[in-house]
Amino acid sequence: MDLLTELTILVLAAFVGFEVISKVPNTLHTPLMSATNAIHGIVLLGGLLLIGPAEGFLTELLLVIAIVFGTINVVGGFLVTDRMLHMFRRRPEPQKQVEEDEQPRLDEAA
Amino acid sequence: MVPLASFLQDPDFIRSLYIVAFVCFIVGLHFLNHPRTARRGNLIAAVGMAIAVIATLLIEEVGDYGLIALGIAVGTVVGVPAARNVKMTAMPQMVALFNGVGGGAVALISWAEYRESLAAGGNPALETLIPLLFAAIIGSISFWGSNIAFGKLQGLIPGRPIQLPGQQFINAALLLVAVGCAVAIASGVESQGLFILILVAAAILGNMVVLPIGGADMPVVISLLNAFTGLSAASAGVALDNVALIVAGMLVGASGSILTHLMAEAMNRSIPNIVAGGFGGVAVAAGPGDGDRGPVRSTDPADVAIQLAYAGKVVVAPGYGMAVAQAQHTVRELADELEKRGVRVDYAIHPVAGRMPGHMNVLLAEADVPYDHLKEMDEINPEFPYTDVALVIGANDVTNPAAREQKDSPIYGMPILDVDKAGQVIVLKRSMNPGFAGIDNPLFYKENTALLFGDAKESVAAVLAEVKEL
Repeated sequence: MDLLTELTILVLAAFVGFEVISKVPNTLHTPLMSATNAIHGIVLLGGLLLIGPAEGFLTELLLVIAIVFGTINVVGGFLVTDRMLHMFRRRPEPQKQVEEDEQPRLDEAA
Repeated sequence: MVPLASFLQDPDFIRSLYIVAFVCFIVGLHFLNHPRTARRGNLIAAVGMAIAVIATLLIEEVGDYGLIALGIAVGTVVGVPAARNVKMTAMPQMVALFNGVGGGAVALISWAEYRESLAAGGNPALETLIPLLFAAIIGSISFWGSNIAFGKLQGLIPGRPIQLPGQQFINAALLLVAVGCAVAIASGVESQGLFILILVAAAILGNMVVLPIGGADMPVVISLLNAFTGLSAASAGVALDNVALIVAGMLVGASGSILTHLMAEAMNRSIPNIVAGGFGGVAVAAGPGDGDRGPVRSTDPADVAIQLAYAGKVVVAPGYGMAVAQAQHTVRELADELEKRGVRVDYAIHPVAGRMPGHMNVLLAEADVPYDHLKEMDEINPEFPYTDVALVIGANDVTNPAAREQKDSPIYGMPILDVDKAGQVIVLKRSMNPGFAGIDNPLFYKENTALLFGDAKESVAAVLAEVKEL
């Protein structure tokens, strides 16, 4: 792919990033930071692409470490974000309300 | 070759998979807009990542699957328990650490790519070489800077600013060395030594830039480094001709920049100012407003319980101190008890309460506080004059009225929670030590302020017991 095509993609991706993210409420900034943090673990792909053709012990060692680092970044990042977001589950109370509302109606139907 | 295999390895098929991955990333980030869809959003982004990884493994030139499996296995074995076991209070340093390894991966990949290209006959073409050098510098800065940030938040390195004489000149010189070597390589010098020198200079620079930054500014720094890692990944993508790296890296670069800007704004700090360092630990000399300072009034749990139980509206202003004491569950129990008595309890969340924007929301959500009771600063500030009791738990700087009133204060102009406008302010505090930023807080000396000394969790538990007695 030629450089200008890549730069075009780069610039457009930046704008998509700004647009999608500027709408996130304050409340979710820490999980957002953590999620984006996990996404840049995509550098892992760089390690995957290079290790096949790579020759020499040191180069391969560097790339294995890079893959380890990238995997920690991706796996740890998404997991930790999930743990944080798990905390945002709704409290059961409103559901109970609904159930209580529905209960008499069922009785009436019966 | 089997038709299926040749189809799977078709570059167009792999690119199509990448497109699916981008859609996942963007939709995932979009779903992070709302607490209800956020978890699904994260999951979708993770699926996108899995698709991108599988697509890359299908590429014909990719080989050495044994080493790849080894790397992924080790990374998983390290990453999963780390993410599973980290305490919610330690989240900021965990993000710093994950960010650091990402930056480290970028630096290592660029180094390996340069070695390969030297082995193949010499410097790569400029359109590969320049982004490669950029990725090396930024990746190395991000790796070391994030590690220092981790060390500071974890308490391994003193949180106070560590400053050397002539710091700015040393930093400038290091940057000059890194950029100078990069220019030399770009203009034709073929030397792995120079490339390593770039990595080392950038590494020292990463250390030197983050060391002098006080703990209070650390979230902004982590966010900035997060954006840096994204940019370096995108840059590595240009060097390696890989669209997935370019798009995902740039999405992160953009989001990290916005987040950094928002955080800096919430603290009324400019980003260059933070990077220049020095704030966040400087003990401030007594200002002119100190003369009329009265003695502090301390109170006891029984008294606090009465005030809370007979209030109409209570606003809790939680800070990092509450999280450290693990008091959030007890606070929620107290709030439940009060609500049973018809008291309306809201939580005032300063944008940088805790150690990162939204950190406090996570901690309170963990304790099952319903999120519609979490009020952001702009929403809650007009309500303080109608609030009977403001309960400040382990928060300090974000409630410091000096930010409004004292022009010479280092935090002057920072938006704060106007807790002092409530009828009664009760501050739960361990001792009279100044807060994280090391700035004294005139709030403690106000007439309508009473202090309840002690460990936040024990104090809240004592108040809860008294409320139940009433």
